[in-house]
Amino acid sequence: MKHTISVLLQNKPGVLSRVTGLFSGRGFNIESLSVAETLDSSISCLTLVTRGDEAIIEQITKQLHKLIDVIKVTDIGDSEYVEREMVLIRVKAEAQTRAEVLRVVDIFRGKVVDVSPKSYAVEVTGSTSKVQAIIDILKPLGIQEIVRTGTIAMARASKK
Amino acid sequence: MDKINGSQAIIRCLQEEGVKIIFGFPGGAIIDLFDALMDSDITNVLVRHEQGAVHAADGLARVTGEVGVALLTSGPGATNGVTAIATAYCDSIPMVILTGQVPTPLIGNDAFQEVDIVGITRPCTKHNYLVKDAKDLVPTLREAFHIARTGRPGPVLVDLPKDVVAKMIDFPEKKPIRMQTYQPNYEPHQGQIEKACKKILKAKNPVLYVGGGVILSNAHEELTELARKLNIPVTMTLMGLGGFPGTDPLSMGMLGMHGSYAANMAVANCDLLIAVGARFDDRVTGRLDAFAPHATIIHIDIDPTSISKNVKVDIPIVADCKHALTAMNTWFNTSSDFNREQVAASHEPWRATIDGWATKHPMTYIDEGEIIKPQFVIQKLDELTHGDAIITTEVGQNQMWAAQFYKFNKPRQWATSGGLGTMGYGLPAAIGAKMAFPDKTVVDVAGDGSIQMNIQELATAKQYKCPVKVVILNNNYLGMVRQWQELFYNKRYAGTVMDVTPDFVMLAQAYGAVGLRATKTSEVEAVLKEALATDNTVIMDFVIAREECVFPMVPAGKATTEMLLV
Ligand SMILES: Cc1ncc(C[n+]2csc(CCOP(=O)(O)OP(=O)(O)O)c2C)c(N)n1
Ligand SMILES: [Mg+2]
Repeated sequence: MKHTISVLLQNKPGVLSRVTGLFSGRGFNIESLSVAETLDSSISCLTLVTRGDEAIIEQITKQLHKLIDVIKVTDIGDSEYVEREMVLIRVKAEAQTRAEVLRVVDIFRGKVVDVSPKSYAVEVTGSTSKVQAIIDILKPLGIQEIVRTGTIAMARASKK
Repeated sequence: MDKINGSQAIIRCLQEEGVKIIFGFPGGAIIDLFDALMDSDITNVLVRHEQGAVHAADGLARVTGEVGVALLTSGPGATNGVTAIATAYCDSIPMVILTGQVPTPLIGNDAFQEVDIVGITRPCTKHNYLVKDAKDLVPTLREAFHIARTGRPGPVLVDLPKDVVAKMIDFPEKKPIRMQTYQPNYEPHQGQIEKACKKILKAKNPVLYVGGGVILSNAHEELTELARKLNIPVTMTLMGLGGFPGTDPLSMGMLGMHGSYAANMAVANCDLLIAVGARFDDRVTGRLDAFAPHATIIHIDIDPTSISKNVKVDIPIVADCKHALTAMNTWFNTSSDFNREQVAASHEPWRATIDGWATKHPMTYIDEGEIIKPQFVIQKLDELTHGDAIITTEVGQNQMWAAQFYKFNKPRQWATSGGLGTMGYGLPAAIGAKMAFPDKTVVDVAGDGSIQMNIQELATAKQYKCPVKVVILNNNYLGMVRQWQELFYNKRYAGTVMDVTPDFVMLAQAYGAVGLRATKTSEVEAVLKEALATDNTVIMDFVIAREECVFPMVPAGKATTEMLLV
């Protein structure tokens, strides 16, 4: 099962390697990881996507919590949440495909962020599955390079 | 406020923490600290190898319960300490390791004797620090001690760049430590305690399974009270020995790979397993699905990650063992549901069954006349020291025989590398223990292989007038590995025969220690007596039955009921 885990940690040197070292050392897998400062610049927020059965996810959250520099660990999947990922795609765009590329980008509400005579670089934001979908659709047109941010996620506010 | 330099501030921190003895080995990056130590009342023990320094600090920590401290230089000094740091980490031993580091402007430049020791030790310390700013020195040291000794204890490393410890700083006043990100939970959840106690009252065939957590949290009295109050048989892990009196009729001895027949049978047949400060290690459980298959499991541990890691637990109690056991004892003392006589009587049939197993296959060995049996040596050692010595061990068969045949009645008289199984642990650990308790008899039970891994520490023992005794159970083999080869590899003794072994008697003498040898059973007692009466470091070379095996044995991956017996 896929799980999205959000970790608040102290923004200090070496903290990220404590997290990644924990995953590699214990054989847990990381599908994606993204990290940046929070409002409080002494604290970072790390979102990671991992896979495992219930027992493994329980170990992952406990082990993360055990790290001295970790403040809070939330398995976001425990509640309603929004997740987003951004991808930059450089896709071939020559005379016969330029229009088709633009159409696809439009359908996915993406943006063209760089243009050259032979290619476009496009930006698309959405759920991981949406990002995967545009990649799959553009592939036959000739993707030259992609860069994904990995998932970030946030629990939805209570509706009450 | 008076200004002092960083090194002096560190020494003052050590004094604040009550440190009396530290173990170290100097080098360019750590000279300042050695220099500052000279002006303090802290005994600075100069070892002969950094691994020895850290093991010695570990031995001191295990027998005293205090934080052991080691002081190493940068680069090779620090990396030499890594095995011993990992040893302490695996057994949750409270330690602070201070390492010198190259000056901050040189860090990352591949400077002379620079190594990223914080990176290297990240997975084998509870936490570690690189102090880059002198004003962080004192707060970091205080935090390091706090982390080392609280919660599930463990080693904490502090890396100290040479320029940082040379800076002049103010010595800040000591304030209670409060860390936002680290607050171990000591108090048990009362609801879980009640649930556990009620479950215990329903059990017909309960077993207490006791690990090192009971020693670390000083919970042996509370545990003993609980076991006796409810008449519950007790088994201990290698790390738990001494957590419950080994000579008590309720003690079944050790469980697991080389545990007693009775203990393993009891766990396999119990209806309730109460795990206290133990972590269901594979050497204890054997094949997981056959471990305590009929039991409800209660698990007390201060580390939430230990719970339901290997075995699914029914009633978890995240708490310090001492606090949790006290809460349980109180519950029973005040509950109207609990009738002591009735409960005790209800466990008698179960105890009779266990006694039956113990009689059928006691912890024993075959007498071979004048050929020295290692088990006999340990039995004699137990007898002559009245079960009261501090015993450290090396690793292998020697370690298992010591665990099986010495009757530990008290906590903190046993220091052995359990989790990591580090050959070379015993001698430096014995030195650390003896430095802490000069009046106690301290014996390292060793193998001829392991003792050679840190034999150089004999010089340390001599220099600090530290008369530890070493019992070498000499089989001229890397015996435990040979045993596996005998049993599972068609007796192909690949890499386990040591054709050249030093003459340990002469070796002892070369260090100014005393060397004694016994080659016949009838000589064993005299050698032990002489060694124990000698006010000098003594090596005893017992030439034992070469191909003796440790039994019972649960082959790796087998069910604990599938024991190979004597
Ligand atoms: C540092 C280290 N290297 C290798 C091992 C693997 N090992 C475990 S027991 C053992 C044999 C130890 O031989 P010895 O000290 O003579 O003890 P014996 O088993 O013969 O009593 C070995 C090599 C280990 N535990 N530690
Ligand atoms: Mg040997």
